[in-house]
Amino acid sequence: MKGVKNIFAGRWGIIGVGIFIGILAPLLQKWGNPSNMGICVACFERDIAGAVGLHRADVVQYIRPEIIGFVLGSLVAAYLFREYRPRLGSAPIVRFVLGVFAMIGALVFLGCPWRAALRLAGGDGNAILGLLGLIVGIWIGTLFLKEGYNLGRTQKTHHTAGWMLPLFMVGLLGLLLVFPQIPGEAKSGVLLYSLKGPGSMHAPLFLSLAVGLLIGFIAQRSRFCTMGAIRDFVLFRQMHLLSGFIALIVTAFAVNFAVGQFHPGFEQQPVAHTMHVWNFAGMMLSGLAYCLAGGCPGRQLFLAGEGDGDAALFVMGMIVGAGFAHNFGLASSPAGVGPYGIPALIVGFLVCLFIGFTMRKRII
Amino acid sequence: MVKTVDARGLSCPQPVLMTLDEIKAGTADEIIVMVDSDTSKENVSRAATSKGWTVAGISAQGDVYNITIKKG
Repeated sequence: MKGVKNIFAGRWGIIGVGIFIGILAPLLQKWGNPSNMGICVACFERDIAGAVGLHRADVVQYIRPEIIGFVLGSLVAAYLFREYRPRLGSAPIVRFVLGVFAMIGALVFLGCPWRAALRLAGGDGNAILGLLGLIVGIWIGTLFLKEGYNLGRTQKTHHTAGWMLPLFMVGLLGLLLVFPQIPGEAKSGVLLYSLKGPGSMHAPLFLSLAVGLLIGFIAQRSRFCTMGAIRDFVLFRQMHLLSGFIALIVTAFAVNFAVGQFHPGFEQQPVAHTMHVWNFAGMMLSGLAYCLAGGCPGRQLFLAGEGDGDAALFVMGMIVGAGFAHNFGLASSPAGVGPYGIPALIVGFLVCLFIGFTMRKRII
Repeated sequence: MVKTVDARGLSCPQPVLMTLDEIKAGTADEIIVMVDSDTSKENVSRAATSKGWTVAGISAQGDVYNITIKKG
């Protein structure tokens, strides 16, 4: 299917993908996912970290099939259109570290850019602070890019290496099927399941998986990226990816409104807090980390699906980062930021600035 | 004057930044940009077009695309 023109690469393609996600994400909430969290890559990876015991926050433990679908859907698209290109070696450990701090920032805000958009579309005013922080963080990242920041070239590698994250996802799906949720039980085999809180709220497994696969497929084709949307506008005044992101927000707003999920305000918003400064700063750290790593959390999953081993490392960094975030009390809750959330943000900024300032060697 | 930008192994926005730098330098009226992903191919073509350049041709050699862009 290589010769087929990529209809998703055009202006209407990316807008169509934004609309598609904007319809399905609020519907996933209707079908059981937590409020304003139809899809949240950071939250869902955090839930996966909890389900396998990397942290013990018992309200956020569930292997989210959407994440599995994102990677495998992208893998299928990449193979169908001959875009599967196994590659790695572009500063993998740096990408892992950026993934860790991207997750810590996301869990101070309580969401990735996708969820920030869905929170806004659901009427959560706190998301405005998060989105502003995201924009500022990405803007700082573009300053480094203009000064020559780069992570170096990738190398072609074995197909097997590109398969590692997709296989990890197949493994997670296998665990989910072998150890299914037992009503009223917090543990099934090796897996942990939330009995209360957002981790206990989920759409039916195969519905979540199907939506994940579909989105993974079209997102790989369209290169949908929320960070790239803002970065490309800041750097090149290019609206291409941004038009998809805006389409997502507008559509999700319309769908939320239509199905009665739009509740405007700042207080008492689902899985959110009202500490404006830290909502801003959390997303600012995440935005900077995404920009330095070259993609939002969703895009990193889609890249990993098409064989990018470096993006896979970023994903693993985010999952491990979720473990740190909950074990160390860095993650926020509806009550506000965690006991060590603010120092963690400061450390995160220092690490990102160190990376940004020092990795500016000429590309060879 | 023909210039070559080797953006193989680099992910976006680097290929676009390197291409735009070469366009801004103003010494070339034709640039051959080497990339090795479809995403970079699309992004470089889009960026060149937005700067008023034309994509004169794209040839594939194995995993590498050579994108020829021309001024005007």
